Amino acid sequence: MGTLPDLHLCIRAIRVHLRSMPATRLIDMPLLQVSNLRTHFHTRNGIVRAVDGVSFSVERGETLGIVGESGSGKSVTCYSIMGLVPQPPGRIEGGQALFDGADLRALREPALNRIRGKRIAMIFQDPMTSLNPYMRVEDQLIEPLLIHEKTPRAEAVKRAVKSLEDVGVPDAARRIRSYPHEFSGGMRQRVMIAMALITRPELLIADEPTTALDVTVQAQILELIARMQRELGTAVIWISHDLGVVAGFCQRVLVMYAGRIVESGPTAQIYAHPQHPYNRALQNSIPALQQKGSELCTIPGMPPDLSKPLPGCAFAPRCEFAAAACGSGEMTLKEVSPAHATACARVLSGELQL
Amino acid sequence: MTGSFLELRDLKTHFPVERGLVLRRRIGTVRAVDGVSLALAKGEILGLVGESGCGKSTLGRTILQLIPPTEGTVVLAGRNLSELDRVRLREARADFQMIFQDPYASLNPRMTVFDALAEAIQAHRKVSAADLPELVSALMEKVGLAPRFIRKYPHEFSGGQRQRIAIARALAVEPKLLVADEPVSALDVSIQAQIINLLAKLSREMQLTMIFISHDLSVVKHISDRIAVMYLGRIVELGPAAEVFERPLHPYTRALVSAVPIPDPEREKLRQRILLPGDPPSPMNPPSGCAFHPRCRYAKPECAKQVPTLDTFAGRHAAACIRLGEIV
Repeated sequence: MGTLPDLHLCIRAIRVHLRSMPATRLIDMPLLQVSNLRTHFHTRNGIVRAVDGVSFSVERGETLGIVGESGSGKSVTCYSIMGLVPQPPGRIEGGQALFDGADLRALREPALNRIRGKRIAMIFQDPMTSLNPYMRVEDQLIEPLLIHEKTPRAEAVKRAVKSLEDVGVPDAARRIRSYPHEFSGGMRQRVMIAMALITRPELLIADEPTTALDVTVQAQILELIARMQRELGTAVIWISHDLGVVAGFCQRVLVMYAGRIVESGPTAQIYAHPQHPYNRALQNSIPALQQKGSELCTIPGMPPDLSKPLPGCAFAPRCEFAAAACGSGEMTLKEVSPAHATACARVLSGELQL
Repeated sequence: MTGSFLELRDLKTHFPVERGLVLRRRIGTVRAVDGVSLALAKGEILGLVGESGCGKSTLGRTILQLIPPTEGTVVLAGRNLSELDRVRLREARADFQMIFQDPYASLNPRMTVFDALAEAIQAHRKVSAADLPELVSALMEKVGLAPRFIRKYPHEFSGGQRQRIAIARALAVEPKLLVADEPVSALDVSIQAQIINLLAKLSREMQLTMIFISHDLSVVKHISDRIAVMYLGRIVELGPAAEVFERPLHPYTRALVSAVPIPDPEREKLRQRILLPGDPPSPMNPPSGCAFHPRCRYAKPECAKQVPTLDTFAGRHAAACIRLGEIV
């Protein structure tokens, strides 16, 4: 009776051990390296360049924030990495996404499925996008264990209860038998996080998971993810439009605009010394940082139509510092100081100091 | 308070919870708003904050008589709105208007800007058709929309522009009181700033009294003169905006303020968050006494026994907590 689960545990321990030291890994290789990713949507109204040449990397255990407004391409970037972009109308036109050395885009479905949901997990704004309303929470939570780790059901349930306890669901052993609708919004978010973390992923992609939540619940969830991250060493990509959450939670930040990264750098630098006019304007429009009752700075105009070609800097038409040269040529992200990069040609040439 | 422009006296809105298709039995009551008293001066902006389900939207709607109050009165400029009959109430509606969160849902997709605004103008005034285009254009300019868009349909506008149309529609009848229910929550940060500036400007220029409902404390702090914090149907704290934000009194407000993320990594690092245990309780079955006591770190047995009243603590700053003197 006792030998079978023990044997299973041994095998799993060996697997975990092997996984932690693949022969091919170079010491300095980032966990995820995305280069020149381009995802376009082919619609009746033309080709929408949702992600247009995005390159970045995520180190092991690191928390990377991606900020930008709706339509800036932050979610599509992550969906592309996960292979979740519906094709058609979407099409990944080019680029690479190396996860631990393997190009996610070149992998076939079975190989990709061994990574997705096990080594890379994803959580969403609306927990009901990842929870099945017809299934008991228990069956959904143990699914990744049954599929990816071939865990026996009884043990999987035990681990699922433990994971629910870890994310702070009270009375987990009983609540695990409930259906998703029986949980409140914050509790559902916890269930989704428990499900994402149950396989101890190396990378967690969080797509605005706290946007729909109240601030006190948001604080609980942020604390929870930070704790899980410390315990499991998971790297996190945190997608958000809330500059406040990112400031407290992420070590590094990418600012996206119109499908491109316009600025990237350590969080402290991004906030204290913005090096792109868009980032600066964005921060000036947040009420929290402004004098009470003062007129808030606004960004004139609207985000560009991504189905039209955008020569030069996509932000130029709305930029208070734009010069004639900003409307043409190629914008590239380059470092202005170590690890801090901007795509603003005028800042890079030293013409403009923000 | 005398001379107040809007006064709420012990306002209650309860919803029956029924079960059964044919034989409906009442199985409970949701006390969405449970005894709110407030007085607003003319031209004042009151921020109403609280988490989902605390009753802030229901309170807004009850003030505007969109939901009849179960008990209590709403007095606007000396007139008791809850006593008016249907005809009089309709006439009175020119004085108070509402703006909703979702500018995609609050505009009729088959009406052009002109149709939408002309309808609103004509709802309470006799205006000749010849004068309408000019009035509509003036209204559009007031909210920062170019009059050349007058023949466009809602789908041709962005979210921010649609919210401007919704604001113009509310202003068409020249109201004195505006209830804005999460007017910027659906908008992007840069657009949000435009709408906040617009509402602040309009309130100044038109002496508009405003109730600004939002769950975003930093937005509310920016625009409001005073802030009221709601928890489970009651106001637990009321005071000048900056004071409520910087020196919160009620333990719930303290947790709420500490949970608001600040977009400044340096300050964020030094902050101490007060994490509240559990979820807000159901308004159908609220805890006895102070509704916050099961989640409160200062709670004592007495807190479960009596409902605390909103008492003035210092100046114009009030909170509903029996232990206020000990914990501040």
